[in-house]
Parts: sequence; C-alpha cells; structure tokens
Amino acid sequence: MSFYDYLQYVNWNECQLSIRSKTKADVEYALSRQRLTLNDFQALISPAAEPYLEQMAQRSMQLTRQRFGNTLQMYIPLYLSNLCSNICTYCGFSIHNKIRRTTLTMAQLDAEIAAVKKMGFDHVLLVAGESEHRVGMDYFRKIIKQVKSQFAHLSMEVQPLDQHEYEELIDLGLDAVLVYQETYNPVTYAAHHLRGKKQDFRYRLETTDRLGKAGVHKIGIGALIGLDDWRTDSYHVAVHLDYLQRTYWRTKYSISFPRLRPCAGKFQPKSIMTDRQLVQLICAYRLFNPDVELSLSTRESAYFRNNVLPLGITSLSAGSSTQPGGYTEDRKVALEQFEISDDRTPEQMEEIIKLRGLEVVWKDWDRSLNIPLEKGF
Amino acid sequence: MLKIADKTFSSRLFTGTGKFNDKATMVAALQASGSELVTMALKRVDLQNKDDDILQPLIANEMHLLPNTSGARTAKDAVFAAKLAREALETHWVKLEIHPDPRYLLPDPIETLLAAEQLVKEGFVVLPYVHADPVLCKRLESVGVAAVMPLGSPIGSNQGLKTKVFLEIIIEQSNIPVIIDAGLGAPSHAATAMEMGADAVLVNTAIAVAPDPVVMSRAFALAVQAGRMAFETGLAGQQQQALASSPLTAFLEDVG
Repeated sequence: MSFYDYLQYVNWNECQLSIRSKTKADVEYALSRQRLTLNDFQALISPAAEPYLEQMAQRSMQLTRQRFGNTLQMYIPLYLSNLCSNICTYCGFSIHNKIRRTTLTMAQLDAEIAAVKKMGFDHVLLVAGESEHRVGMDYFRKIIKQVKSQFAHLSMEVQPLDQHEYEELIDLGLDAVLVYQETYNPVTYAAHHLRGKKQDFRYRLETTDRLGKAGVHKIGIGALIGLDDWRTDSYHVAVHLDYLQRTYWRTKYSISFPRLRPCAGKFQPKSIMTDRQLVQLICAYRLFNPDVELSLSTRESAYFRNNVLPLGITSLSAGSSTQPGGYTEDRKVALEQFEISDDRTPEQMEEIIKLRGLEVVWKDWDRSLNIPLEKGF
Repeated sequence: MLKIADKTFSSRLFTGTGKFNDKATMVAALQASGSELVTMALKRVDLQNKDDDILQPLIANEMHLLPNTSGARTAKDAVFAAKLAREALETHWVKLEIHPDPRYLLPDPIETLLAAEQLVKEGFVVLPYVHADPVLCKRLESVGVAAVMPLGSPIGSNQGLKTKVFLEIIIEQSNIPVIIDAGLGAPSHAATAMEMGADAVLVNTAIAVAPDPVVMSRAFALAVQAGRMAFETGLAGQQQQALASSPLTAFLEDVG
C-alpha cells in the first residue's frame, strides 16, 4: 500500500470541517498531552488555538532545544536549471513565462560550487525545473559526483524519479530528496498543474514511497501554502509524515512551509497565511513531532526569520539565489523562481543566530556515511 | 475490534495454559477471562493424542489455539516445532518464542528474526515474543509477522511495565498489532498497557498462580476493558499553567 492508497481513506472536506470545529477544550487537551495524535494536531492548527500561541511557542522551543540542542543547521540552494516543461500556475519557471532559460554547464557548475563553498556552506540543495530530457538522469549522473566531492551533504529538489533511478543516485552520493506535493487536494492540484508530467498527482504523491524503498537517508515534504486551505493541507502533511515514519522508519524527515509570494507569473494565492498563523503551524508541527526537521527559507522576511528562528526551526538557508548561476553572475537577471525576501549574507545570518544564543552548524554529515541501506525493508 | 491476520477478536486479553494447579481450574479461569486466544507450550502437550489433558478442554471450549515454541533455543528448533504444531493442531498460527537463557527466559532477537522470516515464507501467522526493542519490532514487521509481542518485564516476574518508554515507541511506530506479553503481574499493569494504546495483552502467570485464578482472570478481563475504553476516549491531560506575558510571540504584535 502506498501513501496514495492510504490517502483514499482521508476525506478532504471532513478534515477541513473537523479542524474548523475544534474548541478551546480540544486545544487545552492537546497541550496537556505528552504524545500528540493527529487529532490533537488538528486542534493546534485550528482557529481555536490562536489564543494559545505563546504557550505553543514555549513548548515548541523547549522540545526543539531538548531534541536538537542549541544549534541551527545551514544550507543553501544551488539552482542547476530553469528549463521546465510544466505549466504550474504559481511558479516562475512555468513554461509560459518569458524568462531566459539556462542550464549550468560543468564549468558554470564548478564556479557556482566554488562561490557557495566560499560562503562557508557544506550542505547543498540542488534545484532544477522539470525537463527530463535535458536535465534528466544523464545530467544528474554527471553532476552528482562532482558536487558530492565538494560537499558533506547533498539534497535534491528536482522532478520525481523512479525507484531504480533514486537507487543509482544514492549510490553516487545523494543524501536527501525534497518533494513537495504542493496541495493534497487532487481537484485543486489539477487546477494548478495544467501541462507536463507534474499533472500526475499520484506519481508525485508516491515519490516518497519510491524514495523510502530506495533507502534514501532523508526525505523532505510539504505543501505550498496558499493553493488551498492551509490548515487542511498542513494536516495532510502531518498525516503524510506519520505514514512515512511508520513505513520507512529508517529515513529522516523534514518539513518546509513555503508561503506563496509574488513571482513572474503574477499568481495570487487562494488563501493568505498570516505571520501569526505560520508561527502557529511551526509550533504545531514541533509539538506533534519532536524529531522532525523544520526548515525555513529566505522567502520569509529578515524580521520574521530573526524572531522565529529559536521557536522550532532546525535548518535555515541564507544568501540564497533562486536562479541558475545566481552566485557567480549578475543577480538582477530575470530568471528567478521566486523572490527572495531575506537577502542577508550567510555571515550576517550567523551573527544573528549567535546573538540568539544558538550555534551555527555548517557540517553535520560526512561523505563516508553515504552507504545505501540494504534494499527491501 | 482487534484484527490479527484474518481473525477478529472481541476480547483483547490473551491467556496461557501454564502453571495452573489443575486442569479444571485452568478451564474455569480461561472461560472467566473471556479470552479468545490461548497459548500453550508445544512441549507440554501430547501431539499424538487429542485427549491430552491440556488440549482436550481447550478444543472442547472452542478456544483459538496459539501454540508456542517455548523450549526452542535456536531458529532451527523453533521452525521445526512450529511445523510439528501445524501438523498436529491444524493451525498455522504460532507464538514464536526462542529463549536460550534458562534463567530469565529472555528472547534471542537474532534467532527470532531469522525464524520469523522463514516461518512467514512458509505461510505461518507469526506472533514473535521479543524484548521491548523498537528497531527489532520494525525489522519483524518488515519480514511480515502478524503482530509483535514485546515484554513488559521478565516473563513470570509479575513486575509490570518496566519497559514502558520502549513500549510507547513500539506502539507509536507499529503498523501491526502490539500485544504486551510477559511480566504483567496485576490488573492495573494490564490496564496501563491498554491505556498506552497496546492492542492486547497476554497474561498467564499472574492468573494461574493467584489465590483464586478464576476471580483474578475476571479482574484482568475488566482491567483490559477499562484500559481500552480509556485509550479510545482519551485520558484527561494534566493542566498546564497559562502564561501572563508573551516573550516569544510578542514580535507578531509589533508589525501591521
């Protein structure tokens, strides 16, 4: 049984109603428990939990420090290509957007690697649009070895692949894969993915099963907040996490919570999530799952990041560019996937984090640890 | 309703046949427990003879038999015993017990995993008795056992849930039923296990050697029901103090 099969038993509308009907008593009950259920998680992301935000934040901070210590992991995205054969209504790389398209050559990749290394990073996230012929397995095979020889930890956020392809890339040094479902509501999903392979809701949803079977070290999941009701989508992320942890129990998990922001496509989100609600969601994830990694990108403002970073987050990007070649070429070229809100340098970010009493961790993995798990579990 | 493999159970109390002082008491106690799954050591019954004094009353009372491999010290022993039981008792259910240690009867995790894998391949419904080891339970789940039976404390010790923190992890992670086996000495231990979310408990010694096994058996049955009911409705939590100031979230008020 895959998560797609599992999801057939979860009714979107019932979840939405159930979350909306949570009361103060449900929230207080959830806050009083040591181990929270999915039902408790619903209470914590419900409107009824809003008055309890400070309590949630206190507990979230305490759990995060207990589990992860006084540290924050740093990573940086490295964009390989903005070629894309999909039409996704919300994305700057969408094929109908008139931007200059480019894919890094090996020489350009070397230059980007050098620039990123110079900033101090040892954990890198490779990102590309979905263009399976030009930025497919042949390209990944070529670059992964090269990138991995320079970094301790290598994540990828590219098009979903087959299990055997993941197995091959893991053998070459891939440590983690991020694959966001965008929305767990198939109807909304269909309305936003108008062309290309990404239209296949099921194939995308089952990516985490293929990754789990391939034995990848870490999987990142999440919903694109704003496509549909954020509470219901975030609840589905928690259900997904719960399923994955019980099924692929040797894999680590991380969650991101990208909020939709203006991009080249001029897309307007269906639901807007306030800062207060994002804090509520971060704390709810932490209370529900003390072990999951929570990642915050530079989509968020400097002010927000400064204040949120002790509350539950475990990894941060900084100094990010969302365009291929962005670390070595002119940053003002119009190629980007989304706008960066916090453009402080990694050095500046490190200063802020230290002021908050936390240590910045640049390296928390090692190339020698990338031994694939025995298959079949 | 609890479902294990293709069988559903209305009682979440499983029992055993060992240590009773006579067979009539055993039967009366098992009946009073309402238990629908009863384990018996293969080594204690005469497989050639259906009139065996343990077997006969169980069959007569239509109890679902769960032969166990107690006495086996290796995977090989256990697989052989399970096959014998299948042939003689016409059940492909087996409680896999491999304890090479004759003092505490602690289960051998390595031999248990090996035997479980082989027995599953041969079509058995395997319920392995194991230490409260969450990783071992996941490994057993992945080879296809029907449930796991982690221990609360050493078998027959009546010490209760000494392994509680690990049992909680096992219950949280498991996709198959978790039956807390061994060490439950009082109905309150059984109730606690059920409140934690265990799917069932198996109790033998605490019933068999109680001054009145029939009454104690009934007491365990009630405790299991009470604990399950409490789990399903959710325990009341401990109240947390409200906070007067908002040091962590006040920043949200500062912006428009």
